[in-house]
Amino acid sequence: MNLPPSRVRIRTDQPAVPSSANGTGSVALPDAVTTSAEAHWDTPPEVVFDSREVSVFYGAKQALAGVNLGIRRGQITALIGPSGCGKTTFLRSLNRMNDSVPDFRIEGEILYHGHDIYGGNVDQVEVRRRIGMVFQKPNPFPKSIYDNIAWAPRNLGMRSGLSERVEKALRGAALWDEVKDRLKDSALGLSGGQQQRLCIARAIAIEPDVLLLDEPASALDPIATGAIEDLMHSLKGRFTIVIVTHNMQQAARVADRTAFFSLETGGEKPVGSLIEFDDTERIFSSPRDPRTRDYVTGRFG
Amino acid sequence: MSSAATPAAPRAARRRDWRRRGDRFGDAALYAICAAAALLGAAVLILIAYEVVEGARPAIDKFGLSFVTGSEWKPTEQFNVFGAGSLLYGTLLSSFFALLLGAPIAISIGLFLSMLAPKAVRNVVSPLVEMLAAIPTVILGFWGVLILAPFVKSTIEPALHDTVGFIPLFGEPQTTGLSVFTASLILTIMIIPIISSVSRDLFMSVPRDMQDGASALGATRWEVIRGVVLPTTASGVVAASLLGLGRALGEAIAVAQVIGAGSEINIDLFKTGDTLAARIASQFPGALTELHQASLYYCAVLLLVIGVAANLIASWIGRRFSYAGGQVR
Amino acid sequence: MSSTLGSGGFGDRPRAYDPAAPLTPTGNLRRRQIFSKFTEYLATAAAIGAIAVLVIVIYAVVQHGIDAISWDFITKSAPEGVAPALVGSAVIVGIATLIATPLGVLIALYLNEYAGRRAASFVSLTMDVMNGLPAIIVGLFFFTFMVNQKGTLGLGQAGWIAGLALSIIMVPLIARGTQGVLRLIPKSQSEAADALGVARWRTVLSVILPSALGGILTVTILSIARAAGETAPLLLLTSNGDISRVVLNPFEALASGPTRIYTLSEEANPAGFTEAWGLSLLFISFILFASLGARALLARSKRKTSS
Repeated sequence: MNLPPSRVRIRTDQPAVPSSANGTGSVALPDAVTTSAEAHWDTPPEVVFDSREVSVFYGAKQALAGVNLGIRRGQITALIGPSGCGKTTFLRSLNRMNDSVPDFRIEGEILYHGHDIYGGNVDQVEVRRRIGMVFQKPNPFPKSIYDNIAWAPRNLGMRSGLSERVEKALRGAALWDEVKDRLKDSALGLSGGQQQRLCIARAIAIEPDVLLLDEPASALDPIATGAIEDLMHSLKGRFTIVIVTHNMQQAARVADRTAFFSLETGGEKPVGSLIEFDDTERIFSSPRDPRTRDYVTGRFG
Repeated sequence: MSSAATPAAPRAARRRDWRRRGDRFGDAALYAICAAAALLGAAVLILIAYEVVEGARPAIDKFGLSFVTGSEWKPTEQFNVFGAGSLLYGTLLSSFFALLLGAPIAISIGLFLSMLAPKAVRNVVSPLVEMLAAIPTVILGFWGVLILAPFVKSTIEPALHDTVGFIPLFGEPQTTGLSVFTASLILTIMIIPIISSVSRDLFMSVPRDMQDGASALGATRWEVIRGVVLPTTASGVVAASLLGLGRALGEAIAVAQVIGAGSEINIDLFKTGDTLAARIASQFPGALTELHQASLYYCAVLLLVIGVAANLIASWIGRRFSYAGGQVR
Repeated sequence: MSSTLGSGGFGDRPRAYDPAAPLTPTGNLRRRQIFSKFTEYLATAAAIGAIAVLVIVIYAVVQHGIDAISWDFITKSAPEGVAPALVGSAVIVGIATLIATPLGVLIALYLNEYAGRRAASFVSLTMDVMNGLPAIIVGLFFFTFMVNQKGTLGLGQAGWIAGLALSIIMVPLIARGTQGVLRLIPKSQSEAADALGVARWRTVLSVILPSALGGILTVTILSIARAAGETAPLLLLTSNGDISRVVLNPFEALASGPTRIYTLSEEANPAGFTEAWGLSLLFISFILFASLGARALLARSKRKTSS
């Protein structure tokens, strides 16, 4: 497939975005391209999440102020910043996981493929079916490895081909070889890194559209962390990935675009805000905002 | 403590010595008193078991184990023969039926309070459900005799007989509402609060992040409950149900008031029956012969065995299968 | 807006749903949501049902008992009033409380401060078994051991023996409750005292117990509410209580509310029912009032220790 040249350079393997597809089903399926050559785009991928003036409140306390952010399909977007600046709050707002937090209130709009996630007709469970999440601490169910992965597909009625689905999910999470002989063993017997990859496999088993990762490697050792990062490279393109990380090097290694959040102390109380959002290379090499520069050069945070 | 003597030190030193000795004595005394109290508890239990078995000795000598199966109970001087078979049957039938009815309701209430109700509702409804347990059983039984039993006879028995009368449990409506069925209803009311408060606490202790993990996979609320909450708390819920069962097995007063003191073994729930505890309560104060009294003690021995067994199994399950990463299918 | 059906998560075939479609249920979600809602309704119905039973029973007691209540009813003896039963119950429960509270607190102290793991689990087991003892058997024991003329001590019926029996029922409740209260007290207080070289027993008496006092009071009130309604032991130990005069002497058999209600309910005399409803109303009022009050106290003291 010949792609037109472009000025914007994007890193590594990225399968092509289908050039056209209509809702009635005939889609030009792309090859899963894994060329090492640079891929160029003259139109960037479509926006999956369009966050417009999003503010989050817990009761009277404001956690996030006026976030404007566009997350594009097939890319890895990283949210970085010091602790407590609202990045996880923003992430969890993307799949309505904050709904169960008492006194949670959101203003502004989060548009997912053009639909307001917090709109009237929206089914919360449908939102989470399409937008999956992996949490900071691995949280496997006290079931077997197989049942952990198979649980959600079974709920969704995907009973035929379940074993293949489980295998594909485990392969996708780079865990298959390690556990293929012990699928009936308890998931709690796995190491931390394996459990986290299990959680990733669990999430991709139902083929969500988006994967939200909340500091997925922060509870893991460096080797396990490396495995997770490799995983993300292989997953992107098939999934849109948003990752919260406090590890700047990780963001630099993995993400296409990076958003820097910080605490704005302008008003009476500090409120989390989006300071800068750009291509990862720009953020780390020549950030526009001095606060970003201070953070990425290690001056604070 | 250094003994660097300063003038006028000897009296102060003696006071310190006395204080230290007093402290050591005080510590030892407190420990002894507390330990003695704890031991007293165990001693009383053993004493209770001993006296009850001793009281039953004449009946044990006379009837042996056939007491457990025999179902003749004739206290008069003329016959003087006793068998607890029908009582054992009535005890187990009424208690298990109450558990069958009460456990699902109580677990549902526990789920409601822990997972569905907002905090304000929970803070009102929880105490109300626990208040159900605070009603003295004699008052519950009194209400049962005068209000529930007639209602059962006039409304519930015919309704059940008309719809599911093919099940031998639900036979013809009887003349009074005093029956095993009414007794089971009263027992159900009694055990629901116990099972529901323990269940509620268990459900609330399931880690938030595990429930979040299940929700994040696009599961409905029920699926989260069925897939994560219930399996991880299963053993605790079973233990709680056994506690409820133990309570039902031992209830004497309310059951005596509404069960109608029948002596036969029937499959029909609407007929009268009796339980071990209720028989003791109703006949002991007026026991006619020595053998009669000893037989009632024998009933107490049987009751003690099943009651304590239910309790011990509940404790054992609670201890053994605590949710600390156990494998759940 | 172009759809974004592309290669699915596994790159082999498109996703089973259209990610760009509106966020209404796809696939089998509608059915699953209906079922989930249905289970929610069932659970709510169960809770409403339980409360309904509570309301029905209390309403019946109030409706039938309110007519019996009068000043005479509360202060006079048979046949106009039930004062002997009220006083008798108060004496019996009072004696039970005096015995059970120190015992229960001491056992809780032992479990919290002194017991090693094996001793603690043995004593806990003892408390569990004692808690699960059928009340009728407790009554039977004291009858044999103390009341029965042909028994071990042969003392005959007496109020204090009934109090002793009720204390067996109360001790496990007070012990477990106090244990819970003691566990809420932050260790820092006793650790600070230890660091200052204060003897254990002084710490317990002057630091720990005062902090726990509110909780112990709450637990005791709840146990009183429980013991006040117990009938089975009283039936065997103090059934000969005189209802025609108020008796304060615990060495005699005392009348009591629960046994009176039981006796009246077993007689087929409708005239007696009114008295029974009236007694029931008095007892339920006391018990519910005490329970609610104790819980309110508990809630307040929990808020204090957690702040």
